[in-house]
Amino acid sequence: MLLYALRRLLLAIPLLIGITFVSFLVIHLAPGTPGEVQTGDLSIQSDKDMQKLLVELYDLDKPLHVQYWKWVTRLVRLDFGRSFSPDARPVLQKIRERLPVTLFLNIVELLIIVTLAVPIGVLSATRQYSVFDKVTTVFVFVGFATPDFWLALLLMILFGVQLGWLPISGLRSLNWEYLSFWRQLWDFAGHLALPILVATFGGLAGFSRYMRQSMLEVVRQDYVQSARAKGLSERVVIGKHALRNAMLPIVTILGLSLPHLVGGSVIVESIFAIPGMGQLMVQAVFERDYPVIMGNLVIVSTLTLVANLVADITYGFVDPRIRVGARRGRR
Amino acid sequence: MQRVARLTPALALALALGGCGGDADSAVDQSVRPGEKPAYGDTFIEALTGNISGLIPNVLSDGPSFEVGSMIYSGLVQNDRDLNIVGDLAESWRFSKDCLDLTFKLRKSVRWHDGQPFTAADVVFTYEAMINPRTPTAYREDFKAVESAVAPDAATVRIRYKQPYAKALQSWGTWMLPKHRLEPWVRAGKIREAPENRTSPVGTGAYRFSEWRPGEKVVLVANPDYHEVGPYLSRVVYRIIPSQATIFLELKAKGVDAAGLTALQFKRQTEYPAFRKAYNKYEYPASAYTYLGFNLKDPRFADRRVRRAIAHAINKRELIDGVLLGLGREATGPYKPGTWAYNANVRTYPADLDKARALLAAAGWKETNADGLLVNRHGHPFTFELITNQGNDERKKVAEIIQASLKELGIQVEIRVIEWASFLKEYIKKRRFEAIILGWGIGVDPDQYEIWHSSKTGPDELNHISYANPEADALLEAGRQSCVQRDRKKYYERLQEVLAEDQPIIFLYFRDALPVVSSRIRGIVPAPNGIRYNFNEWYVPKHLQRYTAG
Amino acid sequence: MGVCLAVLAVLAPVIAPWDPNRPDIKKILAAPSSIHPLGTDQLGRDVLSRMLYGARVSLAVGFVSVGIASLIGVMLGSFAGYNGGPVDGFIMRLVDLMLVFPRFFLLLAVLAFLRPSIWTIMAVIGLTGWMGVTRLVRAEFLALKEREFVVWSQSVGASGFRIVWRHILPNAMAPVLVAMTLGIPAAILTESGLSFLGLGVQPPHASWGNILNEGKDAIEIGWWLSVYPGLAILLTVLSYNLFGEGIRDALDPRLRQSAGRIVTRR
Repeated sequence: MLLYALRRLLLAIPLLIGITFVSFLVIHLAPGTPGEVQTGDLSIQSDKDMQKLLVELYDLDKPLHVQYWKWVTRLVRLDFGRSFSPDARPVLQKIRERLPVTLFLNIVELLIIVTLAVPIGVLSATRQYSVFDKVTTVFVFVGFATPDFWLALLLMILFGVQLGWLPISGLRSLNWEYLSFWRQLWDFAGHLALPILVATFGGLAGFSRYMRQSMLEVVRQDYVQSARAKGLSERVVIGKHALRNAMLPIVTILGLSLPHLVGGSVIVESIFAIPGMGQLMVQAVFERDYPVIMGNLVIVSTLTLVANLVADITYGFVDPRIRVGARRGRR
Repeated sequence: MQRVARLTPALALALALGGCGGDADSAVDQSVRPGEKPAYGDTFIEALTGNISGLIPNVLSDGPSFEVGSMIYSGLVQNDRDLNIVGDLAESWRFSKDCLDLTFKLRKSVRWHDGQPFTAADVVFTYEAMINPRTPTAYREDFKAVESAVAPDAATVRIRYKQPYAKALQSWGTWMLPKHRLEPWVRAGKIREAPENRTSPVGTGAYRFSEWRPGEKVVLVANPDYHEVGPYLSRVVYRIIPSQATIFLELKAKGVDAAGLTALQFKRQTEYPAFRKAYNKYEYPASAYTYLGFNLKDPRFADRRVRRAIAHAINKRELIDGVLLGLGREATGPYKPGTWAYNANVRTYPADLDKARALLAAAGWKETNADGLLVNRHGHPFTFELITNQGNDERKKVAEIIQASLKELGIQVEIRVIEWASFLKEYIKKRRFEAIILGWGIGVDPDQYEIWHSSKTGPDELNHISYANPEADALLEAGRQSCVQRDRKKYYERLQEVLAEDQPIIFLYFRDALPVVSSRIRGIVPAPNGIRYNFNEWYVPKHLQRYTAG
Repeated sequence: MGVCLAVLAVLAPVIAPWDPNRPDIKKILAAPSSIHPLGTDQLGRDVLSRMLYGARVSLAVGFVSVGIASLIGVMLGSFAGYNGGPVDGFIMRLVDLMLVFPRFFLLLAVLAFLRPSIWTIMAVIGLTGWMGVTRLVRAEFLALKEREFVVWSQSVGASGFRIVWRHILPNAMAPVLVAMTLGIPAAILTESGLSFLGLGVQPPHASWGNILNEGKDAIEIGWWLSVYPGLAILLTVLSYNLFGEGIRDALDPRLRQSAGRIVTRR
């Protein structure tokens, strides 16, 4: 088992190098220079020195491999450089203040999705082609198919403007500091309700369909059939035998789905004005802020890698087949 | 969501120095009810579309940072309601006869937000910081003409210029920086990394910095030691909301107290009673105009009669109604109505197709061919390409309306919309265009030497239409060498007459800025300088105050 | 439904009642009527005509980008599956690597530097979406390689290319088709998301995504501006998804697991 974990860990190293390589490449192979301002009006004043200053400051005139090497050696020391935007703050600091919000949102979304998707998937698998199956199929796909910014706007108009039940955007109310702890929690939950609703509705399809397929396959397996033949009640068969096995791959899927959720948070964060990674990324993209874009790509993908790794290893612990396989491998 | 708005430095400076400027709708405070007295308190909530990038606006270039910075810092001079220059940190100033020496007398007893006194040494320091090549600022140009700046005593600053510089006075509206805080950072060339740019800015403005949560909000609190009236509103909160659609919904739900609207929102989406009750709407011309420009190297457009004919063919009012739902003003020249340099008595070109035809005939465009197009004596039809940049539907619509109007004259216009970067690089800089639809953002000072002077026609220079008129050149030179507003006014008034006669470009319109502000806010007096110039005098009567905690 | 739409899109110039890019300042935001069945937009352009032309752009983005992704996926997948060994290992690590990046982040980063034209958008969506197909094709190859007809052709000395082209690929195409059917709606959605950020297909070209995005600014006074394109996207994506699921269920059950992974948005 330890060997299995170790092997996974070793496999992650070339991926980590790959991540830095791709991030660097994406930005530098594309034409365009930083600081190229795009506006509709010509300016009367312009300062050409700025451009030169930037090039000098960030070695942009050096060959690519030199830039890459310099960048990677700094990465090893967790130095992501400073942002190109005029605040010139360390990239890591910028990301650090944005990361918790995005992570928190994604974890909450993931939890809600799983708690909804598992029963939906199981029930529609055990009642394949029933009305419930058909209705939920359409329901989850409608969630998948609705453009999220559109849904978000409609919900904001309904709950924020017309009914006035929920706040429209942001993370907390302005008087947050003066609220009691429980009030703060309530306020926070209110602000997150719509963003989470939009994100989970969009993400439900992937999981519930997966769960349904997984369940359908397990139900056809011999051991389930034989459990049935033994005369065990359907509840026990499904709940105890089938479900446990069908749930196993979910662990892996959890890890794999992280980048999709994080990617989706770009739009949700932009429209709901949530100060997370997605918003930071969008702003960096518009400002052509190389260091922040690269830092974002590296950190988010590394986190995903770690999540996958954890998922893989957990999977190894729960799935007897891998446990046995690993032992056999040792022999 | 739109691309993060970047203001051009000139336009941004104008904004920062005091609102968007404009023609007075009425000089009456629409919001004051009889019997109300200014009261302290309440919070004013605004939305910013982008995160601010720092707290020392002198070294930044984005709109949001300017907006916040202009509340925290102040300059030696500022612009009043009519865009005249008046004292701020300076009590008075005097130019020498030759316009080369400028002496400021500073206000006494002004204190920085940390309690230190503000002195002439700070002014000299700010100047030195701005010309330091290691300070990454876009406004160095303004101070390059300075030969020396000295502080003979704590309340006097003496500046000597190498040659007369028209924008001299205006340039001292730049935000003053505290020497006692920033000196080592400027020396090290790391002003952007100073804590004053991050967590603890120290200025002399009406508001002190309180809190900045990146991506979320910036909070300012009233400065009780402010050297002028007010401020009455005790807190200003800037919420960072990237999506314009979200800002508008927040406005409707009263989550923000003010916002700028689009023409469509202004006319069609905010007219219902509940909104009218909750908000006051304002309109005044923004500091930018849209024009139809010709390449004057093209022999057809080099003929003034042709340009005048086209001017007569364009109905500016119809254009404004169609493109801006009526929310704009006809432009007659490059200065904004209501400002001191503006001249209303210039030649105008009312829509008149007969006059246009007569002018074209005089210029040799008499006959029409089988397609109904005007032809010259060689039989060449009058067709030209009109280009504009992508991402601006307004300009495209202008082009289409002009296309339709000129068709009636027998001139065929082909429209091309080109992506902004290549538009600039391939067409404007290389002068490879026949006609363009573009806009100019205008600064507070009327000096437009860079745009109209015949020496400014190089590839990277701004006279891309290649305009050359000796009289205009002389006026532009005289205007920028003088420091006496009375004289300058004469030069610029004449310049407008010359431009109106010549029509080197057809000045189309000034778009209106369309802000709305919560109706509980009192003291707003729209003026040529917009509405923000007297923000410190805005207040909420006690019984209407909404945010009282803290 | 999918086919129907494609036909409508191709025929757009014939059936569209108006020029989709021609503004009419006298008819700004006109409600649906017999002249403009789906109303007009902020510039007085006919929404129906714009939607028909938009269908071309949106479907083109879907088809071309998925085409690119599938081409890369089939090539890499068959290469990996047929050769096995270190080549396989390398390609699969590449797949793992690309899967670790949030696709939308990657798209944004690339589009910030390339000017967002319809071609760059197709290319970029395609180039970031080939991993699923690669895995599928490889899995098919691994399974088919051992089957007797392949083993037999190898024994009679057929060339590697010929074996792949004639014998294995046709058999591996079914799951690829399913993956493509499911990839098209995802690409359409991705384009609409990019449009929201201002990085989608640029005006004056209409795609459903940017019609919807423009419509959001007048959502309360011109419901037809956002409801119709919104529904168009929704129904198209829905129909492609259900269609894809349908053919998958009809095919070999072994496909299910691997194809299931395609149903992710970005």
